[in-house]
Amino acid sequence: MIPYNTRRSVLLGLASSLALLTALSAAAQEFITVASTTSTENSGLFGHILPLFQDETGIEVRVVSQGTGQALETGRRGDADVVFVHARAQEEAFVADGYGVERFDVMYNDFVIVGPGDDPAGLDDVADAATAMAAIAGSGASFASRGDDSGTHTAELALWEAAGIEPMGAWYLSTGSGMGATLNAAAQIPAYALTDRGTWLSFENRGPLQIVFEGDDALFNPYGIVLVNPERHPTVKAEQGQAFIDWMVSDTGQDAIASFTIGGEQLFFPTAGRPSE
Amino acid sequence: MEDPFATAFALMASGDPELRQIIGLSLRVTLTAVAIACMIGLPLGAALALARFPGRGALVVLFNALMGLPPVVAGLMVYLLLSRSGPMGGLGLLFTPTAMVVAQTLLILPIVVSLTRSVTEDLWLEYHEQLRSLGAGRLRAVPTLLWDGRVSLLTGVLAGFGRASAEVGAVLIVGGNIAGHTRTMTTAITLETARGQLGLAVALGIILMAMTLTLNAVAWGVGQWAKERLE
Repeated sequence: MIPYNTRRSVLLGLASSLALLTALSAAAQEFITVASTTSTENSGLFGHILPLFQDETGIEVRVVSQGTGQALETGRRGDADVVFVHARAQEEAFVADGYGVERFDVMYNDFVIVGPGDDPAGLDDVADAATAMAAIAGSGASFASRGDDSGTHTAELALWEAAGIEPMGAWYLSTGSGMGATLNAAAQIPAYALTDRGTWLSFENRGPLQIVFEGDDALFNPYGIVLVNPERHPTVKAEQGQAFIDWMVSDTGQDAIASFTIGGEQLFFPTAGRPSE
Repeated sequence: MEDPFATAFALMASGDPELRQIIGLSLRVTLTAVAIACMIGLPLGAALALARFPGRGALVVLFNALMGLPPVVAGLMVYLLLSRSGPMGGLGLLFTPTAMVVAQTLLILPIVVSLTRSVTEDLWLEYHEQLRSLGAGRLRAVPTLLWDGRVSLLTGVLAGFGRASAEVGAVLIVGGNIAGHTRTMTTAITLETARGQLGLAVALGIILMAMTLTLNAVAWGVGQWAKERLE
């Protein structure tokens, strides 16, 4: 029988895993948590601008990238200090309901409609985005939707409404996943899809997909930034969070956003300077 | 898509600090979870095999069923628990490696408990007369039985390690896939897939499989060595 050895090894195991846990949770430097969208993370924007912010202020920014709906929920639960998303109406409701302090315009990019290269819906000569959506619905071709309450999904639903179409049926595929996963699906089917330009430009698994419609004002995609209300969640790091927001809307931050390019193409266009009502 | 094997090899050879950090975190989180699950699960499983109390059968069934707990559900439970709005929000653990350890422990624990119970039950049936004649009661026999069953138990622990290192649903929810902080092999693979960088995603998968293979080879070697020493 080896009770002594067993006991010793259990104690050793206990001690070493406690040491491990302590090492894992060791207090890091000053940081804030930002709930943002897959479009900003997947495009590589954060990889470009966050090191600049950290160099300047010493504050580390930890980005949790989710769909806009989930990111706002993360903010409502107090699990993030700052929310940086793109669905204006939802952001304004977030502030109006007392979860956020104030919304600031930061930048915009635009949505594009991508689809198979042979373009069965013939979007070449349509005038606006709503007509383009109607043409897709009428063509019998498939459409891959995010279906995840994200900013892109919200924008897509607004376009269907403008086109007077209720998207339903075998041609309408709700993937319930992020932009990249939806584009992967669209490339395989192949199907049309609405995507933000940033994700599209950095997306490599395009298959037969290409941009088939772009440039309408209705495809404008504004991003807003909101500090989570410290009165509702006292653990919110209001000072550092506000420092990040101030930097994003400052000339330095706006220049950093404007200088981010993929293949020579600018992805995000600064719009800061005025708080929204 | 570039050759994923070539990409995997080039990545490993480059000693990329970001990759090293991701591999290190994956191993730290999963091994910690395995260690904690063993510390709780081994005694609990053995006690479940030997002790007799009302509701024991229900517990046995429960732990067996929990082996099939979907990682995303485990993640969601830990998320709601650790969220600032949840009962343990004051600890500020959401989106940290510690939260990932908690979620993975929840996933592995049922495997360790159920396997330990089954191994211990069999050994007890086989040896209980001998043990009794040596004066060992049911609970006093636990360390001996666990030691005798160590080779079978190792398989269970490896199965637990496999489940934890392969899952993405739980760590994605409670860790948040934060670059440089809570990004693991599996969440990085998910991200690269979402970015359409399929070659890189597969390369990371190959590296993860190579790690798992190495660990299993080492464990098997140790098991063989232990067996030879016993004979």
